[in-house]
Amino acid sequence: MRVVVDLTKCQGYAQCAFLAPEAFRMVGDEALMFDPAPSAEQRVKVLRAAAACPVQALQVDVADLPHPPPEEKVVAAKGDRLRRDGRIVIVGASLAGLKAAEQLRAEGFTGSLTVIGDEPEEPYDRPPLSKQVQTGFVTSTDTTLPRRRDIDAEWRLGVPATGLDLERKRVSLADGQEVEFDRLLVTTGVRARPWPVPEEAALDGVFTIRTRGDAAGLRERLLAKPKRVLVIGSGFTGSEMASVCVELGIPVTVAEAGTAPLAGALGGVIGRISAGIMREHGVDLRTHTKVNSLQGEDGRVRRAVLSDGTTLEVDVVVVALGGIRNVEWLESAGLAVGVWGLACDAGCRAFTAAGLVTDDVFVAGDVARQPQPMFGYQFLAMEHWGNAVTQAEVAAHNMISSETDRWPHLEMPAFWSLQFGHNIKSVGVPPIADQIAITQGSVESRQFVAAYGYKGRVVGAVSWNQGKWLDFYQQLIEQAAPFPLPYDMTDPPADRTPVPAEFPERVFPAHDATVVVTGHDPSERRAVLIRSSRRR
Amino acid sequence: MTEPSLFQEITDFGNRANPWPLYEKLRSRPVWQEADGTFVVGTFREIYSLLHDPRISSDPANLLPEYADKAGPLAQAGSSLPPSFIRTDPPRHDTLRRIAMRQFGPPHRPDRIEKLTPLLEDVVTKLIDGLADRQQCDLVDDFAYPFPVAAITGLLGVPPEDEPRFSQWVGPIVDSTGKDSPELTQRRTDAFQQLGMYMFQLAQSKRDNPGDDMLSGFVTDDGPDGRLEGGDLFSALILLLIAGHETTVNLIANGWLTLQRHPEVLQRLRTEPDLAIRMVEELLRYEGSVHFLPNRTAVADIEIGDTTIRKGHPIVLVLASGNRDTGCIPHADRFDPDRPDNVHLGFGNGIHYCFGAPLARLEAQLALTQLAKRLQNPRLVEDPPPYRPSPVLRGPIHLPVAYDAVLPA
Repeated sequence: MRVVVDLTKCQGYAQCAFLAPEAFRMVGDEALMFDPAPSAEQRVKVLRAAAACPVQALQVDVADLPHPPPEEKVVAAKGDRLRRDGRIVIVGASLAGLKAAEQLRAEGFTGSLTVIGDEPEEPYDRPPLSKQVQTGFVTSTDTTLPRRRDIDAEWRLGVPATGLDLERKRVSLADGQEVEFDRLLVTTGVRARPWPVPEEAALDGVFTIRTRGDAAGLRERLLAKPKRVLVIGSGFTGSEMASVCVELGIPVTVAEAGTAPLAGALGGVIGRISAGIMREHGVDLRTHTKVNSLQGEDGRVRRAVLSDGTTLEVDVVVVALGGIRNVEWLESAGLAVGVWGLACDAGCRAFTAAGLVTDDVFVAGDVARQPQPMFGYQFLAMEHWGNAVTQAEVAAHNMISSETDRWPHLEMPAFWSLQFGHNIKSVGVPPIADQIAITQGSVESRQFVAAYGYKGRVVGAVSWNQGKWLDFYQQLIEQAAPFPLPYDMTDPPADRTPVPAEFPERVFPAHDATVVVTGHDPSERRAVLIRSSRRR
Repeated sequence: MTEPSLFQEITDFGNRANPWPLYEKLRSRPVWQEADGTFVVGTFREIYSLLHDPRISSDPANLLPEYADKAGPLAQAGSSLPPSFIRTDPPRHDTLRRIAMRQFGPPHRPDRIEKLTPLLEDVVTKLIDGLADRQQCDLVDDFAYPFPVAAITGLLGVPPEDEPRFSQWVGPIVDSTGKDSPELTQRRTDAFQQLGMYMFQLAQSKRDNPGDDMLSGFVTDDGPDGRLEGGDLFSALILLLIAGHETTVNLIANGWLTLQRHPEVLQRLRTEPDLAIRMVEELLRYEGSVHFLPNRTAVADIEIGDTTIRKGHPIVLVLASGNRDTGCIPHADRFDPDRPDNVHLGFGNGIHYCFGAPLARLEAQLALTQLAKRLQNPRLVEDPPPYRPSPVLRGPIHLPVAYDAVLPA
């Protein structure tokens, strides 16, 4: 069977873990680990689990369901040629690409659909790669995403797209072929940022973790009981990897250049709590510490020299320094791309380099940089699982809808992380906040909720093993409710006074603006994107 | 005499069989205020929001003094006992529930309920076997009541032979919910006392001879949160016993009634093995057994639309009305066993989500499937059947069903 749980929706009611305990396991009160490929013998139990989910977060492949849900018949409007027999190409065959394909078919798109992906596999789920795949509960090859419906697409897998010609409406592929389209969806996502010194990055034992292959290789090394693992970076992936090492009984050092783990996503106040938990679990966490070099012998990594003057003996290094958006193939397409992604409007239509909105190019997922009306119309790329799903669905809908039927993507950003037995969930955009206040529970018990405020408005929240309350905070953010919260609540914390949220200083996106404007007459004005490397 | 309010009409016994038109009227406004100051909410979105709102309290201590009598019969009659986790707020709630959960399900006992499946199936088989010597039964007394009682008493470790005594105590505690008289209050108080004494003795014997049951776990297996001592233990046990008795009875009885009213679904249940799984979710939505959550209040004023729910006033969440809210649920008035993405309020939501939900689901799935397969040509003798007095835990008090024969299992 193929199964996936939308852990953004999941609130930890544990109904699945009761009814199909081999496939679904609770960690602590509310965090869930699941087997994405339960055996066929568990089918009835898994169906029970899926039906019982109070928030319907559990998806089972259509092939494993009792009978396919009745097809929603959408009659193509007369003259709606695109919906009937248009050609749609999706570049990027991961979660967003798959969800868009499903949505297109669900809405009655009957034309030709081509999905292009640089990895050779069908779309698979990535969050388990740094969690249950590393602890050995499941294997990396089990993570293929379930299908909600028949997609009837031509899959061009293992062939990266290398270029886009907007005039001729063609995507060129690494194998020299071209694919024509009427509408294009870009879902190329991000790749792991490699260790910046290529010779050191190439040492055996140095891993990034983004793909199935990465995960399988790392798992094999962890099974061999390394003497020490060095994790570089303590964002979510780095922190989860440290947690995995602790669970496996492997000594682990975390080198964090900033002030605390998770500080970039959740701020210094939460970061300190996270640091405390890491250290309680025996992690050798070193903040304000960079890795100066990785040293090897016979091609294998042996040592790491840290900026605190120490040298560590290590046999595995996990580089968790975030991602690089896969936009290089679009560099000469004349679209608004940069290190921050491909910019688009709230309806997922891509912008040209000049800032004009295109009609035929759409973008969704980690690579999409979209204005957030709820957050001052800032252009933000949300590298969250739930964002990939909802943005892909909106993009797909808009691709085949007339102008008056288009949807804006206004989903509340949300993410989760499971580490050291704690379930951390967040809504909104905490990094834009200037203040944070604990609103419920107690930090000492590791069961609390905190709200983030910006200029007197609620802009985000984080829960620590208290995820069932987050819906309330989502509503507050949607209503632009005042911060700090002006009323009493149950389970009040000892001190709810707002304090500075302590986010690291943000790099202004315009640092990368590399556009040259030419022409004088309004009809002649053009903006051309210049890559900084080429400028030199 | 003033006109009865809409909510008084809803609780009026005369409307028990068909409260749905009243619920539809209830949904014309998100919040109603009763003359006594109680707030009543019956729309899906507002109920869902309030169940996740940390300004809502389940602790009767947060009611204003003038509403002390609204604290609910469980709080009054069991006043010598501390409140169980359904009548507390975090952090106390979380700790009490976690300790109780340690003996019931994940993460500590993940397969307790799932492993119970063969035993449940066996109880169902035997109960239906017992109907074979007649051509008419009371589906409540002969099946829907004894089945979950066997399950919950078995889980807790109560000897089956003591079950008749339980029924005597549990009856007055539950049937009076939402309706009061001095005599009933006295009967409830007595029942609580006797049940408490019995459980105390049983706990003693489990301490000396623990088995693989929940009560033995409660008195011998401590987790990181420690154990439930004295009153807390009895409160939890009484809650589990009552909830384990009274809610599933109604789910199964309401379920069978609904199937008889939808013969095409009943027929499908005989031939489609997995239909019961999603169908029971639909039953929980369409004919769930807990119609209200009557015991909430607010620790701060809460604005909903142009109404303000006042701090300290009683709040009634009418789950069964929210479950039929066509504004949120497509064709909510239709019983659709194939309904996709069925998010409902049948077990509540938020931190007080029904503790025993997995057991209730499994029981209803097994019970209704086997009944459908084995009762030949089943017919309702009375439609609507006579109902229990309670508007809160709503279901038939008797459900006479006639049939031609009982097929072998």
